[in-house]
Formats: sequence, structure tokens, C-alpha cells
Amino acid sequence: MDWILVAEQALNGLQFGLMLFLLAAGLTLVFGIMDMINLAHGSLYMVGAYLAAAVAAASGSFLLAVLAALVGTAAFGMMLEVALLRRLYQRDHLSQVLATFALILMINEGTRMIWGSQPVMLNLPAPLSGPVELLPGLYYPAYRLLIIGVGLAVAVLLYLLVTRTRWGMWVRAGASNRAMATAMGVNIRWLFTAVFGFGAALCALAGSLLGPLLAVQVGMGESILILAFVVIVIGGIGSIRGALVGALLVGLVDTCSRTLLPALLRQLASPEVASNLGPALASILIYVLMAAVLFWKPQGLFPARG
Amino acid sequence: MSKKTTNAVLCAALMLGLGAGAGTAWAADKVKIGLLSTLSGPGAGLGVDIRDGFNLAVKHAGGKFGGLPVELVIADDQQNPDVAKQTAERLLKRDKVDFMTGIVFSNIMLAVGPSVFDAKVPYISANAGPSQYAGEQCNPYFFNVAWQNDNLHEAVGKTVMDKGFKKVVVLAPNYPAGKDAINGFKRFYKGAVADEIYTKLGQLDYSAELAQARAAKPDAMYIFLPGGMGINFIKQFVGAGLSKDITLFGPGFSADEDVIKAVGEPMLGMFNSSHWAHDLDNAANKKFVADFQKEFGRLPSLYASQGYDAGLSIAAAVRDVKGKVEDREVVLKALKAARFESVRGPFKYNNNQYPVQDYYLRVITKDSQGRVTNKTLGKIFSNHADAYAASCKMKS
Amino acid sequence: MTTMRTSLLNHRGAGRWIWPLLALLAALPPLLGAFGLEFYVGVATRVLIFAIAASSLNLILGFGGLVSFGHAAFVGLGAYTVGILMDAGISAAWIAWPAAMLVAGLAAGLIGAISLRTRGVYFIMITLAFAQMFYYLAVSLKAYGGEDGLPLPARSALAGLNLRDDASFYWLVLLLFAAVILGLQRLLNSPFGWLLQGAKENETRIAAVGGRVFAVQWQAFVLAGAIAGLAGALLANLNGLVTPHLMHWSQSGQLMVMVIIGGAGALWGGTLGAAVLLLLEELLAGYTLHWQLALGLVLLAVVLFAPRGLAGLVFKRGAKTHG
Repeated sequence: MDWILVAEQALNGLQFGLMLFLLAAGLTLVFGIMDMINLAHGSLYMVGAYLAAAVAAASGSFLLAVLAALVGTAAFGMMLEVALLRRLYQRDHLSQVLATFALILMINEGTRMIWGSQPVMLNLPAPLSGPVELLPGLYYPAYRLLIIGVGLAVAVLLYLLVTRTRWGMWVRAGASNRAMATAMGVNIRWLFTAVFGFGAALCALAGSLLGPLLAVQVGMGESILILAFVVIVIGGIGSIRGALVGALLVGLVDTCSRTLLPALLRQLASPEVASNLGPALASILIYVLMAAVLFWKPQGLFPARG
Repeated sequence: MSKKTTNAVLCAALMLGLGAGAGTAWAADKVKIGLLSTLSGPGAGLGVDIRDGFNLAVKHAGGKFGGLPVELVIADDQQNPDVAKQTAERLLKRDKVDFMTGIVFSNIMLAVGPSVFDAKVPYISANAGPSQYAGEQCNPYFFNVAWQNDNLHEAVGKTVMDKGFKKVVVLAPNYPAGKDAINGFKRFYKGAVADEIYTKLGQLDYSAELAQARAAKPDAMYIFLPGGMGINFIKQFVGAGLSKDITLFGPGFSADEDVIKAVGEPMLGMFNSSHWAHDLDNAANKKFVADFQKEFGRLPSLYASQGYDAGLSIAAAVRDVKGKVEDREVVLKALKAARFESVRGPFKYNNNQYPVQDYYLRVITKDSQGRVTNKTLGKIFSNHADAYAASCKMKS
Repeated sequence: MTTMRTSLLNHRGAGRWIWPLLALLAALPPLLGAFGLEFYVGVATRVLIFAIAASSLNLILGFGGLVSFGHAAFVGLGAYTVGILMDAGISAAWIAWPAAMLVAGLAAGLIGAISLRTRGVYFIMITLAFAQMFYYLAVSLKAYGGEDGLPLPARSALAGLNLRDDASFYWLVLLLFAAVILGLQRLLNSPFGWLLQGAKENETRIAAVGGRVFAVQWQAFVLAGAIAGLAGALLANLNGLVTPHLMHWSQSGQLMVMVIIGGAGALWGGTLGAAVLLLLEELLAGYTLHWQLALGLVLLAVVLFAPRGLAGLVFKRGAKTHG
């Protein structure tokens, strides 16, 4: 096996994993601290991408677009939380599922009404649209390197936030025992809104960064949502460290198996069969991975709750 | 009366009311056409173009085909065979359309086809040209005004062969048209195929496939990726630095206005084949291109031209049967005669009701106004038929 | 205005309204035909089929407290069984449909045996994982169409009845639907049903009085799977096409939404939910392009103002059992 191919695929897996991490981090916080299943998390990712596309088209600046997406989606998320979602914390998970499912429908349709049902194009920033020669013979798109860079930076930032700040302490306290945290004087209401808004901002970052690579279209959130849930279950609900490890695992397994499996199968069968069975097996592999982790560690790899 | 029963009765009443409003009486005083296409998702650009082209044809005809007012029912198949089939049933059974058209993707076409043929409604395909309906399973109710899936790929295969490339990687999505594409390409390209890569329909991230292509070290790459898929692939192809060493070829679908608008300058120099180009020199085409730009503010793509021709063909048929659209046998004969002025020039069907036509080589350059667009270089094939016509038992 | 009193130990059916209701439903085809609305017989059939599927999910979700996010897999397995058998030349309904139930039931037995050892969100994710595995497996089966699906050349053959005729098919589905609801009612009002609902409320207590919780839940899971398989077989006949999309997690989600709107833990929950969701979609889609927005608003309203679902509005839970 060609080492350049392996290196390139490893980088692809890293890139995908880090983006998943951005989504999973917000999701695990909301689930861990507020004990709420939020199916509309993917919709926030989509809103972020659309806002970025709109601002990029109007201003021509990618950086401005990303910033606008972050702020706009965080505001939107917090508004949702205050207006609707906070009524659901006391309700059972099924009601939360139904309510957030209804939100998906409404946000999707609202987006369609504003921007139409055709995909919206978000273009790569011009200086980053070419490749970079990392090592002799190994070319990698500059933009994807940026994504990896941003993803790693956010991971470090989150780590510092959660372990070194008071806010992070409240978050960890809320995740491990909400009742006790409230009793100890943490302003839960404000904290929840802030956490939700922060999670929304992370979604927007992922959405605006991935927008140029994938088309920005209605429904883009649903497909990535399910992977995000798998990631947080593997990582342990409420744990950001778990979200990172889980996301990297899923990203690498998904990307590498998508190419290595067909290559393997091509030794045995026709290219058509290999290309068909390969991705299917690779997708199944993610769920097998999840089942295996749960079998060995039923609460996930790094459960937040003791 | 309990609430539950009240609700049940109300529901029934609502359904009746809805149905009554939908207009169910069968009147031969207008011609109803069902346009089912992909209007959402990554393939939406193609469906929208077909719809716009068809609408322009209706407008040019003054809203009447053969004297009968046109009622166009537009529906979205969401690029999903299940949804498409259910929506088709609704068009056929509730709206009772006289003609159907519009489907972009061949897998959707194959799912919907049986329902349409069973209902004995003529289907004029403005895009999907599966090999299944060109050969043994050809059906008198299926007409294709565009091409058979293999054709444009055959044209590029010949071009690549003629230009002397020795090692090619081919890539297409794993669905009927994708397989037709690779088969068509290989029918005329006899050189070495370094790798055959099949992707998922609707897939948007090609990082893995690009790495695989790079590892095969080809001198040319042939892709078939319509719509959003093509847009993303080409951007990522250039972004990965592959355009330096590999010449990119594609059929017209992957290099038309929708892709050009989204990708722009990185596409300059890409060769592609097509049965139509906006710079073709005939009266019908000049009028079509000018009016399309005026109406919709953009240059038409080949999908729009096909939608337009589908409209023209139906208009001509209704005119020739003098409005008696209920008599399906007569309608079928009129459709097959194809007495309309296509934007491609002269148009005729083969025995399997797929076109016999010329194919051109185009390249993406900047035109006199500085726009990035296609320029026709020359003909690849003249009066080219598809490879499956012989297996079709229908007579010319 | 009277409301029906029902309790956990005695789920009421429709009481004396069952006969007029059935008569009205049976009279639907000729009624619709008189107005030229034959298309809606198909819609009604779809509602009944999904009512069967949603009711089977309600059995384990609403009454058993087992939130299975992979129920669509059983529907899909039933559908694929019918499709594959027909492809192999076996189109007799009385072989294919029980086979569909058997296959789905076996899969449920296997999945249940593994999943029922977990609880809470992990149970949800494990059931989801299994369903996704079946989905991707179906996508990879090129012999049966893969992602494009497997078309069915005709409907299943049942001696004496032409199922191609929409009305005949509708009546058969109506019959099966009635049988399923009746069976569920009998089951839930029996000791088995009491154990199942008791385990949902408090497992430890039930185990303490000698109830074998795992066995009861597993049996309920298998039964729910088998009934879902039947729904799948009927759906394959209705659609004339079997695609992997039937098993997608979004379909499982839709079934869950039906149960929740209708009322989880109410006998008519699945039916009400399926009817409301499908009919609303059909109705709204006819009036506005932006029907999903309206649908979302309705669902949100149900969550906020009808916490026990629509059945909760109709059937008030009695504080004690029958007096």
C-alpha cells in the first residue's frame, strides 16, 4: 500500500473527525448537562452554513462570513432555548424528541422559504483553494489543513475552558450532578442558555467550514446528526474529552475503511462490487465500533457522571 | 358522539372536500401534463433547468398546445425512488395527467416507469435515458428527447482515444446511468483503464476518491458527476492539485452552465461532449437561448434545452391529433413522428424511441464577453444511434 | 361531553362505537369512488398500514417503556422478504406474509436478546445501530436493487381476492388492522400486559414479585417485530417497490413521532398518530408548498398542550380501575 495514500487518508480522517468533534461537543454538553435530546442540533449546523454562505456572497470575505455565522447561530440558538427548549427540560425524552423533530421540520422549511431548495454555493477562500506540499510527493489541500488547524485549536480552547475556568467548573459540575450544582449556587438557567448558545456556535463553525467542501443545502444536518450521536455515546455523555476521542475514532474508522475496504475487496471481486460493498461495510463498521465500545464500557469511554 | 368518532367523520369530510377541490372530472378541454423532477437536494439544479425550459416552451406556445390550454402540474421527487413513485401515482391517479415528463435520474425513472406504462400515459423523458428502456424493455409509452445514457460518454471515449491518452481513471456514481456511463466510455476508449471508481449517488466529499485516483497515476481522468456532485468534485480536484498532471474529461452533464457558474475559472480547459450547445446555429436555438436569458437571467444548460424540446414535442403531438389526447394510440403515433423544430436542428427517433443525432466536442473557455462558458469545437459523431436499439422489438 | 375512562389494567377499545366506526371505514371505497376520489383509497390503505406499524411500536415503546429507535428495520425486513420471495417466484400471500412476520420476528429476537441488556439512551442507540446495519446491508445488496430498490411486478396473490384492485386490498388491510388492534387489546388486558406495563413503571418491583422482566420484554419485542414485519409486507404490496429507505433511521423516527403524537401507552395511540401525521401531510401538501412548517407547528402544539398525546385528550386515565 502506497504510503502517500495512507497518509492522505489519515489526514482526511483527522479532518472529518475534528469536524464531528465540533458538533459532538455541543451535543454532549446539552445532553449531559440539560439531559435533553436535541434532534435539532443538526439544523443549527445547517443554519450556520447558510448564514456563512449569505454573508460570504454579500461581503466577499470568508472570515467575516464565518464570524457572522458564529454570532448569528449562537443568537438563534439562545433565542430557541429561551423561547421553547427550556420548557422541555422537565419533560421526558420522548417529548423532547417530538418537539425537536418538529423544530427540524420548521427550520428546514424556513430555510427553504428564505433560500430556496437548490443548494447554495459557498466558495473556498481564494488563497486556500490550492494544494500544499507537506512532504515530497504528498500534496494536501490547503483548505483542509486549515480545518484541521481550527479543529485542533478549538479542542485545546475547550480543554482550557472546561478545566481552567470557573465557567468550565460549573459545566462539569452540572454534567455530573445537576441537582447538587444548583444547590451549590450555580445559576443554572443562565448557564443552560450559555451552554446552548456555545454549542450552537460550535455547530456554526463546523457548518461554515464544511460548507465550501460540501454543498450548503436543506437537510445537510440530518445525515451528520446521527454520526454525532454515535460519537457522544462512544465518548460518554457529558464528556468533552470523550467527544474528542470518539470523534477522532469515528472519523478515522469511517475514512480509512471507506478506502481500504474497497481496495481489499477489489482483490477479491469486481470494482463495482467493491465500491458498493465497501462503503456499506465501512458504515456498518462505525456501528460495530459503537456496539463494541458499549459492550466493554457500557457508559462510554469517559463518562461524565461518576 | 365521542370525540374520536367526530374526528373520524371530520377527517373523511375533509378528504372529500380536498378531493372535490382538486378537480376530478375528466375533461378533454385542456391538456394536463405532469412534470415530476428533482427540485431539491444536490441534483436540484438539473430539475429546475428542465422545468424552466419546459415552462418557456409553454410560454412560446402561448399557454396552449394544439389549441388546448395547458395545465402543468409540477412535483418534486426529492431524488428518492419511494417518494417519486408515490408522487407519480398521485399525478396519474388523482390528477389524471395526459402526459408525463421531467425525471432527471435514471434510477428514479426505472422506479416510476412501470406505474406510468400501466396507466397508459405517454412519458417524454427530458433527461433520463436508461439502457433498460432502449433495448429489451423498450416500451411504446416511453420517449426520450434527450439521449441514451451511454451516448455522451461514447463521444468522450472516442475523443480521449483520438487524443492519444494512454492511462485513464474513470469515476461515476453507482447507479444505472453511472454504469451506462462507464460502459459507454469503454466502448470507444480502448486504452488502459488504471482504475474504475464508483461513488455514492449524492456524495459530496471526494477526498478519499481523489487520493485513490492520485495513487493510480493516470494521464487523464474521465468523470460523470451531474449537478452538485460535479461541482464539488471539480473544486476538490483542483484543490488537491490534481489538475496539474491530469487532464479532466467529462460528458456535457458535468461541464454545463450549472457547474460552470459554481466552479468558475478553475474549470477552464475542460473538454466535454454534448448533443447541444448554446452556440449551435439554427433559428429555433437562437430564439430559445435569447428568450431563456431574458426570462431567467442566465444562459440555458443542456437540461433546459431538453425540457424545452420535451415541451415542443408534446405541443406538436397535441396539435397533430387535433386535441384528442384521450386516444392514446393516435397520440403515440404523433409523438413518434416528432414533427417539431428542435433546438438541435433536425430531430428524429430511432425504432426504440430514443434520438438519432449528432454529438459535438466542446471546451470551456472565455467567450467574447469574458464569460466562462462552453465553445463548440467540432463534431464527434454524426447521426449516432445508441447501442441497444437492435435489442428493441419495436419497429421504426 | 363524555370522555372514555380507561386504565392501565383495562384498556378500553371504542366501546359501542366500534361497529359504526368499522362500518364507516369499510364503506370508504365505494364512498370515495362515488366522488371520483379513488386515489384516496390508496391513502387510506397507507394510513391503516402505518397504524399497524405504529401500534406495534407502541406495544414496546408506550406500554413497555422500551424506546426502540430501530423499529423501521423490522418493517423493512418484512417488505424485503416479500420482495425477495416474489423475485424468486413465490408470490402467494399466505406463504410470503407469514414469512415476512417470521423473518422480522427472528431479527427482533436476535436484536432484542442483545439490546435488552441495556437501558436508557444506550438501548436507544443500540437499537439504532442494528437498524442502520440492516439498512446498509440492504443498500449493498446489488442483486436486489441496492439503493434503487427492488420493484415488485405485481401484488401478492391471494386465492379468491384480486389484490390488484385497490378496494379489495384496502378491505384486507382493514381486516388485518382490526385483528391487530383486537389482539393488542386482549394482550394488554392480560397478565402478560400487566407485567409489561408494570415493568415499565418499576422493574425492581415487578422482579421482586416474581415477574421475569427480561422474558416479558423480549417476548413483547419479538411480537412487536413480527407485527411490524406484517406491516412491511403490506407496504411492499402497496408501494410496488421495496427500497432500503424503508429501514432508514428517519423512518424509525417517523414511527416514533406517530406513537408520541397519538399517545404512547394508549391503545389507539399508534392509530391516531399514523392517521393524523399522514392525513395532515396529505392535506397540507395540497394547500401549501410550505406544509412542513405547518406540520412542525402542529406537532409542537401537541407536545406543549397535549402531553399525553392526542389519545390523552380523548381517553382520560382513571385514577382507580373500574369501580
